[in-house]
Amino acid sequence: MSTANPSFDEAPGRSRGHRLSVARAYLRSVPIGVQLATVVLIVFLIAAIAPGLLQTHDAYRTDLLSGLKAPSGSHLFGTDQSGRDVFSRVVAGTRQSLQIGLGATGVALVIGLLLGVAAGLGGRWTDGTVSRFIDVLFSFPTLFLALLLVSIFGAGITTTIVAVGVGTSPGYARMVRGQFITVRRAGYVEAARAVGHTRSRIVRQHIFPNAIRPLVAIFTLGVGQSIAFASGLAYLGLGVAPPSPEWGALLDAGRQYVTEAWWLELMPGAAIVLFALSVTVVGRHVQERLEGNVKVEDA
Amino acid sequence: MSTTVDALAAVGTATPDRRRRLVGRAGRRLLGAVGVLWAAATVTFLLQALMPGDRARLIINQTAGTMTSPTAEQRAAVNATYHLDDSLFSQYLHYIGGLAHGDLGTSYFQHQEVTKIIGDQIGATIVLTLVSLVLAWAIALTVTVLAAGRDNVFSRLASGFQIVSAAVPQYWVGTILLVVFSIQLGIFPVESGSGISGLVLPAITLALPVAGFLGQVSQDEFTRLLDQPFVTSSRTRGASDLGVRIRHVLRHAALPGVTLSGWALGFLFSGAVIVETVFARPGIGGVLVGAATSRDIPLVTGIVIVSAAVYVVANLLVDVAYTIIDPRLKDA
Repeated sequence: MSTANPSFDEAPGRSRGHRLSVARAYLRSVPIGVQLATVVLIVFLIAAIAPGLLQTHDAYRTDLLSGLKAPSGSHLFGTDQSGRDVFSRVVAGTRQSLQIGLGATGVALVIGLLLGVAAGLGGRWTDGTVSRFIDVLFSFPTLFLALLLVSIFGAGITTTIVAVGVGTSPGYARMVRGQFITVRRAGYVEAARAVGHTRSRIVRQHIFPNAIRPLVAIFTLGVGQSIAFASGLAYLGLGVAPPSPEWGALLDAGRQYVTEAWWLELMPGAAIVLFALSVTVVGRHVQERLEGNVKVEDA
Repeated sequence: MSTTVDALAAVGTATPDRRRRLVGRAGRRLLGAVGVLWAAATVTFLLQALMPGDRARLIINQTAGTMTSPTAEQRAAVNATYHLDDSLFSQYLHYIGGLAHGDLGTSYFQHQEVTKIIGDQIGATIVLTLVSLVLAWAIALTVTVLAAGRDNVFSRLASGFQIVSAAVPQYWVGTILLVVFSIQLGIFPVESGSGISGLVLPAITLALPVAGFLGQVSQDEFTRLLDQPFVTSSRTRGASDLGVRIRHVLRHAALPGVTLSGWALGFLFSGAVIVETVFARPGIGGVLVGAATSRDIPLVTGIVIVSAAVYVVANLLVDVAYTIIDPRLKDA
């Protein structure tokens, strides 16, 4: 394990050169796809924190003379009907799109944890009731639950975050419940009980940390999914509204020009796909590492 | 096929005791399904009761198309029509009572029965959903037979496809297909209408992610089964590799996928909303999007409840299908 998966704190006091080579060995054990995906995510992060570094044009300046221009050297993703540079707009929309994705996943996780922990740690009766409730939530398609919330509270950023969060929460709830039930039955929990530890200590020290750990990767995977869902709402005209450069709003704005200017739809969509794919690849990798079945090819 | 016949024969010749158990099981399932639907309707009702603001005012404004300051009489009239002044509990009883009679209420803005609006549009959506389910199965099974347990071009393509199809939103795939095949090449109509040629691109768009998921599940099961004794035994009797895969392994490998078909139907039904919007196809999607935009609560909740019913009924059918395909489960 220590040679296959070296970590920095295993070499205290060693020379800097040694630590560097350890880092290199670790990097080599990461598949090339995961490395690429990480680079992509870093670029997205830069776009979210300092969009000015990547933008080639002012994302909000209109230029009616060069409207609906196809992608070219001067406009990487083309221009929209008002002559705004689509690439710079996609970059400008990154921060808000990521905020929505993170927020929605956060909402989903909180609801999922509350329901899942109640069902997974509660007695037979609590588990039965909460599980039935989760089943009922499952009978609503995610998108429809989100649309219902949008029509009740009206479209907007907050509604999008809550609607996507609530819509995706039953999946988390079921996962958390299963996780807690598995860990609860584990040998080390039984051992702790036999030694005479109190219930609250067992929950705190043994069940919680072990049940929660795999969820870290699930959270990563969820952010990509949430962004895709939120942009779907916006695509239908029920999320963040144009002229915001949020990715879904860009899709909504470009929809009526699809027959003449495909780039208005495909380019912001490509950003969403690239982000969701990278998150999935990295998330799966993290998941494999956490579960311990690490595949090391050439280290 | 012979499994199905055997299973049907087994039902026919079942002992009275066994038959009673079968009926009891079906009864419990049915009761459970009604329970889930009732709970779904209750959750929907409680959610819509959270709607902020004055609903009578919203209805009047949306109907007029401008911001107005309605008089007390106008508001009272609207409140009386939709029972908005009743207590929450009496509204609930009225709502559930209506549901029990198949009455989903009246649309705020179309001034029509919700059941009629849905009934007029749902046909196109159901056709799209079912065609997509069949297509998804066809793709999933073909890929499974060709790729499972092998390390070839197919298996590498398949695993890539499964990751990508999970991450790619349907409106994007749909738009690419639309741009390439309808706008650039002109093979299919841009507005898909209700003809057969208009069904091709929407069905492919809708089927792809489900195909990826069903394919992954069947492929895992298929790979596991390839090591089973009955596979070795038919190989030793001289059956070809493809023959064994299709005739013996496939039937067993499809089982987990069948379980998931109930989920898949619900997923396809809701995904149809987005796909219909992309291809400007008639169906429930346009109605739902319009209703959500104008905040037509009865129409939105009506469609949501119908979709929950689709999901529940689909799972009930899957249950039945499962016991027919795999008779071992009948005594469970």
